[in-house]
Amino acid sequence: MPLIVDTNKCTGCGECLSSCPFDAIVIKEGKAFINEYCEFCMTCINSCPEGAITEVAEKDPGVERRGVYKGVWIFAEQSGGKVRPVAYELLGIGRRLADDLNTKLSAVVFGAEKGEAEELIRWGADRVYLAANEIFEEFNDEPYSQLLTSLIRENRPEIVLAGATAIGRSFIPRVAARLRTGLTADCTSLAIEKETGNLLQIRPAFGGNIMATILCPRTRPQMATVRPRVMKCGMYEKDRAGEIIDVKTDGLFSRTKVLDTVKETSDISANLQEADIIVSGGRGLGDPQGFKLLKELAGLLGGAVGASRAAVDSGWIAYRHQVGQTGKTVCPKIYIACGISGAVQHLVGMQSSDIIIAINKNPDAPIFNVATYGIVGDLYEVIPLLIKKIKEVKGI
Amino acid sequence: MRIVVCVKQVPDTVEVKINPETGTLVREGVPGIINPFDMHAIEASLQIKEIAGGVITVLTMGPPQAETALREALSLGVDNAVLLSDRAFAGSDTWATSYTLSKAIEKIGADVIICGKQAIDGDTAQVGPETAEFLNIPHISYVRKIEEITENSIRVQRMMDEGYDVVESSLPVLLTVVKELNEPRLPSLRGKMAAKKAEIKKWGQSDIMADESSLGLKGSPTQVKNIFAPDARSGRKIFEGTAEEQVDALLKELRELKCL
Repeated sequence: MPLIVDTNKCTGCGECLSSCPFDAIVIKEGKAFINEYCEFCMTCINSCPEGAITEVAEKDPGVERRGVYKGVWIFAEQSGGKVRPVAYELLGIGRRLADDLNTKLSAVVFGAEKGEAEELIRWGADRVYLAANEIFEEFNDEPYSQLLTSLIRENRPEIVLAGATAIGRSFIPRVAARLRTGLTADCTSLAIEKETGNLLQIRPAFGGNIMATILCPRTRPQMATVRPRVMKCGMYEKDRAGEIIDVKTDGLFSRTKVLDTVKETSDISANLQEADIIVSGGRGLGDPQGFKLLKELAGLLGGAVGASRAAVDSGWIAYRHQVGQTGKTVCPKIYIACGISGAVQHLVGMQSSDIIIAINKNPDAPIFNVATYGIVGDLYEVIPLLIKKIKEVKGI
Repeated sequence: MRIVVCVKQVPDTVEVKINPETGTLVREGVPGIINPFDMHAIEASLQIKEIAGGVITVLTMGPPQAETALREALSLGVDNAVLLSDRAFAGSDTWATSYTLSKAIEKIGADVIICGKQAIDGDTAQVGPETAEFLNIPHISYVRKIEEITENSIRVQRMMDEGYDVVESSLPVLLTVVKELNEPRLPSLRGKMAAKKAEIKKWGQSDIMADESSLGLKGSPTQVKNIFAPDARSGRKIFEGTAEEQVDALLKELRELKCL
């Protein structure tokens, strides 16, 4: 809803200026003025000592059209014909939302085998839309978005969820653009608002320093990408029955073509988005050899290896391992930061992790401020000990 | 080659936090910067121009003060700058932003459009792909290397979750780029001088012939309902003692949490 300043009440004190995260308020002729930077976050309303800033209610023109949209959909991503784990997490949250709305849960999968569709049903789907076409052997944005768009147009679900993965974050926006509906990126929590039936979409912004609740009140479907590893998988029922619908795939085309696919995970796992545990190294490693040690620890824990920007910029490890503002945003169950001082640009990429373990020589390193557990010491002494003792625990 | 680079001016405020007592945002008065990923987009455009020739236009949507971001881009060597600024654009979400940018790009004309992967304030990564859809052209996300560009095609490496793909596309195309693609150059003194005097085109709603109902808050399907501080981390423990004592203490904690 738009915000307005009551110029009779405004004293031009400027309190609202510093409250605004978007630099959207300026003082003009002694009064506050909200410019086009405004993101309608409403923060300034509370900051004004005079109560001069208010929200203007607007009529909701689309509400009557919403009724025809029914059902919750999840997009089940596959690679090499196998459904990726994020799909089962989406079925977990999708099932909850569908039950709250007293509606059906459907999964959409392109280019997977029939057995995978049956598996999606066991994980909670009532219905699976399965599209078989060799065009889905590689990931190209256009055929993916063309087919999902036409399926949504035909069947009119009220909610569509997809994983916030490389694939989901790339083609789902095209679908939302085409359908003229809203899309919320990287949600970490989803719920149904009781009074309105709207989907409450909660996501971090400003690198996880702020959480925002987003609504898509006027248009349908309500679309969101969901961070992998945040939602819990649903119940697996071996005998669960459901319907599999074979989808027509006529008329798809792609102006992009994948010439080659190169996997880079043979040496050190860098699939940071899907890892439960990430062992990350920074400048404190001193040299590239340090990553061998981290790799051993990560291998022992079944985790992946991350890095700070300093380590990547030093050429010690590839960019795909970088965690932080100009790298990846991760939220594993355990994040082990080794020799990472904890610059804010790094923290914004990992501070949503469940447990953060910091190992650093410097007891004043800022990484300890976000750590769940901190070990102050030389990582070349601490990590070998850790490896030895974990091996003992595991009986290796 | 007609190249358009889309940039966003963002507050240099990864430090932005909510005061838990007042529920308001706490922020230092830091000036806006060009979104870091967009710096790599600018550099990519300059490198393409060096190989293939052409004209680069940098485009942004924002308030009048976003002009500083455009002048910075001009100082690096882009040829033209367009500022989309209009009260009617206020409150745009990614859908309305992409629509507005696409209308401006149609007017400018482009063979290659380059955007940063995402902006550091919103982190959505949606505006690039949505803009491509509005323009009805293909896009390639997360470009980490441009292998070849010709008059009517481009071949790039696309970073994926477990490796990379080599992807070819016809032109026109929209690319979103990651940091690995290049090292942004610094402005030259001459570039800075020229940028000060350069003319910046300022376009509003009527200049791009945009449909009013698709702009700004009115045209935005999503709304921010509220913002709040994330849950604070509780039970912070910094261990003491020898390395071995600390490691033992950590493993004890992790065992109790059944993490091992």
